[in-house]
Amino acid sequence: MELQYWIWIAVGLSFSLYIGIAIWSRAGSTKEFYVAGGGVHPIANGMATAADWMSAASFISMAGIISFSGYDGSVYLMGWTGGYVLLALLLAPYLRKFGKFTVPDFIGDRYYSNTARSVAVFCALIVSFTYIAGQMRGVGVVFSRYLEVDIVTGVLIGMGIVLFYAVLGGMKGITYTQVAQYCVLIFAFMVPAIYISFLVTGNVVPQFGFGATDAEGVYLLDKLDGLHKELGFHEYTSGSKSMFDVFCITMALMVGTAGLPHVIVRFFTVKKVSDARKSAGWALLFIAILYTTAPAIAVFSRTNLIETVSDKPYEQMPYWFEKWETTGLLGFTDKNEDGRIQYTADAATNELDVDVDIMVLANPEIADLPNWVIALLAAGALAAALSTAAGLLLVISSAVSHDLLKKMVMPDISDKGELIAARIAAIAAVCLAGWFGINPPGFVAATVALAFGLAASSFFPAILLGIFSKRINKEGAISGMLVGVSLMLFYMLKFKFGWFGGGEKADWWFGISPEGFGTVAMVANFVVTLIVSSRTPAPSKEIQQLVENIRKP
Amino acid sequence: MKNNTYWKKNIQYISILLTLWFIVSFGCGILFVEQLNTIQIRGFKLGFWFAQQGSIFGFVIIIFTYIYLMNRLDNKLNKDN
Repeated sequence: MELQYWIWIAVGLSFSLYIGIAIWSRAGSTKEFYVAGGGVHPIANGMATAADWMSAASFISMAGIISFSGYDGSVYLMGWTGGYVLLALLLAPYLRKFGKFTVPDFIGDRYYSNTARSVAVFCALIVSFTYIAGQMRGVGVVFSRYLEVDIVTGVLIGMGIVLFYAVLGGMKGITYTQVAQYCVLIFAFMVPAIYISFLVTGNVVPQFGFGATDAEGVYLLDKLDGLHKELGFHEYTSGSKSMFDVFCITMALMVGTAGLPHVIVRFFTVKKVSDARKSAGWALLFIAILYTTAPAIAVFSRTNLIETVSDKPYEQMPYWFEKWETTGLLGFTDKNEDGRIQYTADAATNELDVDVDIMVLANPEIADLPNWVIALLAAGALAAALSTAAGLLLVISSAVSHDLLKKMVMPDISDKGELIAARIAAIAAVCLAGWFGINPPGFVAATVALAFGLAASSFFPAILLGIFSKRINKEGAISGMLVGVSLMLFYMLKFKFGWFGGGEKADWWFGISPEGFGTVAMVANFVVTLIVSSRTPAPSKEIQQLVENIRKP
Repeated sequence: MKNNTYWKKNIQYISILLTLWFIVSFGCGILFVEQLNTIQIRGFKLGFWFAQQGSIFGFVIIIFTYIYLMNRLDNKLNKDN
């Protein structure tokens, strides 16, 4: 059957499934809208968290990024999984015990101050908007690449679907569609991975194939190291970044993960404290399936690519080469006009431009898989993008309707009124996200690091100290958050956008990249919070009692 | 068992497990990666394996250990009260 038909079938079926779930799980109260009624099974919540967490970038780009950076790519693998340990051990159970709806709820109540609440709302909004713009763009790109519609139409279709189930079902609708989306995306990711692993190494488990030998009996990683050396790239299994920077980036991503509001809020949806711990475990297990497969795919496709193209005549390229050339993901310029493809680390002689996304997207074709696998991949990429977008959307709408409206501006609003406000806020947020998806600001890629840095430098210390110390007061927490966030914003604006005089790599403080600076800003937040708190009066008996309560199971 | 003992025990579990968390990722995958890379097991240099596979398996094991330990502790607390 034609590829186009398969794709329409796969996308159509998965979308009708999401719509069906949305109709079945309409939200009738704010509790259902914000936290799905609070009775989600830990395994279901684990799947939903995994889908929520794994974005279009995890699904499409991550394997490719690792493929081109080798050991340096480990920062994403460790950074985007290690945060779940922090969540499970330090945050999730206690926030569940606290039992409200949002992250600003906790900050505002624990630090008995609407100023603290406002700072938290501000951070939640910035972090979520940065993220959601990229997701809507991802939806548009997948549509345009596979279904031959233009990006604008793609974004509009994506908006329509998210709008439908997020506005109708709130967290309840989002949770159960995310469970379905996890199943679609993991299946779509694993089928080509298993097939390619078998093809290259004869082992069906990619995690084992990764360390296995090829047909000639050479270990794949040794072979890749050799190829890299020949072509002038740094060795695949060792890095090019400084150890200190790798350390800081990994830490910033881990702590940022633990501080992201759309991840934290998922743990409010389970029934009890022990379920919050369990679902963090399940979430990481479900994420680990993809995250331990991605580096294996990276190696398979990197070796495959180099062996297929390096120093081979352009005329003899397989059919997929030409196809991906037309999409712009592959580019060949014959600089020395010998008709062969020279692929090297030196920009002056290199003749091949490869986009990172091709490593996952072109895999089925490179491995000669049937058309339905390609269709599945399209549905999987859409599932990854939509599930993350929906989770972020909910954080944005609850920050507006609950934290701003109900808690600060109109405390007397009825539950019904708040629910209407939440839906209106969700609609407005979808439209804004769609607008960003259609007119992507050039800084989307640069600001993803900002999202993690901001989460790490604002929420994480405030929540952690709020649970583990009774002495931390509002003066400490507010000044800590403000210092952390301002420091992070300053560094990002200076080195990513050229404000405040700009600066090059050589000017980085202690050699730390903007991606890793969240670690420094977080430490600054901790230090300021502790010092200011120790010099100002302790919180009241009631607040200390609140902390005492959170700690009981 | 008093709430106080429960909390102390919890802190003790967290400290031990977070130390392990640090060792499998920052320790084996970053700080001592070069030393461990001199050891090769099948196709993997050990440091590289920790950075791209081992640390993630370690994280999963750490969380499920914590779940087990805390469930046991919760049960004890419930029985004593």
